[in-house]
Amino acid sequence: MGDNVSTLNVIFTEFYYWVTVVFMFLIHVGFCMYEVGASRRRNHMHTLMKNTMAIPLVTVTFFFFGWWIYFAFPTGFYWLTFTSDALFYDPNKVASPWSPLMGTHLSGANATDAAWGITADPADLNGAPIWHRLNGVFWAAFLLFSITTASIVSGAVIERIRMGAFWLIAVLLGSVLWITDAAWGWSAGGWMVKYLGYHDAYASGVVHAIAGGAALATLIVLGPRLGKFRADGTPRDIPPHNPWLVTIGLFLIYTGFWGFYAACNIPMISPGTIAGQITGETWTATNIYLAPTTLSAITFNFLMSLSGGMMAGYVFSKGDAFWTYSAGLCGIIGASAGNDLYHPIQAMLIGAIVPYICYKLHYFVERKFKIDDAVGAVAVHGYGGFLGVVIAGFMLWGTASSPYEGYAAINPLGNFVGACIMFLLGFIPVWILAKILHKANLLRVPAKVELEGLDFKGRESYDAAVKDIIAAERALVK
Amino acid sequence: MATTGVPSWAVDLKSIGAIYPFQGTEVLMVIIGLAFWIAWHVIQMKQESAEIGSEMKADQRGEEARKLIDKY
Repeated sequence: MGDNVSTLNVIFTEFYYWVTVVFMFLIHVGFCMYEVGASRRRNHMHTLMKNTMAIPLVTVTFFFFGWWIYFAFPTGFYWLTFTSDALFYDPNKVASPWSPLMGTHLSGANATDAAWGITADPADLNGAPIWHRLNGVFWAAFLLFSITTASIVSGAVIERIRMGAFWLIAVLLGSVLWITDAAWGWSAGGWMVKYLGYHDAYASGVVHAIAGGAALATLIVLGPRLGKFRADGTPRDIPPHNPWLVTIGLFLIYTGFWGFYAACNIPMISPGTIAGQITGETWTATNIYLAPTTLSAITFNFLMSLSGGMMAGYVFSKGDAFWTYSAGLCGIIGASAGNDLYHPIQAMLIGAIVPYICYKLHYFVERKFKIDDAVGAVAVHGYGGFLGVVIAGFMLWGTASSPYEGYAAINPLGNFVGACIMFLLGFIPVWILAKILHKANLLRVPAKVELEGLDFKGRESYDAAVKDIIAAERALVK
Repeated sequence: MATTGVPSWAVDLKSIGAIYPFQGTEVLMVIIGLAFWIAWHVIQMKQESAEIGSEMKADQRGEEARKLIDKY
């Protein structure tokens, strides 16, 4: 691995991403608690399993093709490209599921590696020893983002979607769509970064807007829960059966979000390794575009945007716990696109304004278009993420989007177009898939099943087992 | 012209300090931030007073309150 400093950097970076992955798992614990708390008692187990099984399904598909897409699609769709730019990495060497670098691997290269053209030459990006060791943890960090996109949709569609349908949507979104937008707008060589000046450092658009778009598409085809709207079209509130669980779930999502933020950074890199225009010898942390930032910057801004969101949410919802917590989350999402550069007070104010707009939009869309988003996911993630990207375009106007030469600067039009691409890249393909599933009668459970509850048969077996064991134990008492 | 003062990263990082947008407006930002914080307390107090007012009007005979006390 070269000299001791390089070795230390590689192993530190490996450990750094590993820690972020563990933190990010808390997001999914939080999502599961949140959804179960928001659902009614007769739907608990199905709600839990629907979200839980997205984890393994997105994991295996992200291993088979999701990671490859990230390295193959920065200039378009690999076989069909929008630009003549060369890819930074060879996806077949770095991320194809049969590459030795997608297996257990040390820092060097042997005959197996040589057969795949993989070297241990630090000058060769594809063979740089850092990839030999980091591939697994870097893959996992991206994977946890993938599972997050699927989980965002999961909450919106509770209590009536068929699990099989949701899992297909989860795989499409988590292992194809979001990672495509990440290749385009969330990588150092992405065409959106280079030609639009797209800037979205902590994934307002690339994770949240796309997931919100996908959730909205699913909801349009799926329809509202039975009883959600009165005969005159006005919506009924369907309160969570357990508000405590919902809020603690959101608290856990906040906690996991720390890992998410840290995972968006490269913790320590030398200007020489970046190989861009930065001069001198000062090492730095960078965002995903390899442009300098610090962990302090994102810590300041994470907390201030969270606080702005919670404070605003508390007053505009008149102390409603669900919306206070959700506004905190939405505050972070609204500031995330520029949280590598914002001043903390700017992050706080953006974090306060964005959730207010999203809250109003949520109820407007619910009333006007009869959209039953059970957890406000489209508002918090979709509208919040979209607005976050648009605001960053104005706030950071003229700032270099990349350390490389020839890249467009950050600008309002580029970020607006980028935000539309993110939302629509989630919306259109998922709408098509949902339509196909709907036509095949595979999208929604029958009304009888929805009314008796998704856990009806499971509850019968549970009650029978409880009755049986109680009777047996009572008979044993002398 | 960049709002952050960083139109290019073709620099030695030793020469870069603040990178947030609209440098020079720090005092104004603090004033706006403080106003947001103070306004929050004012609005919250008003909302809480209204809420307490409506709680005072509810359950005048104390029957619901007794039930809730028994429920623990």
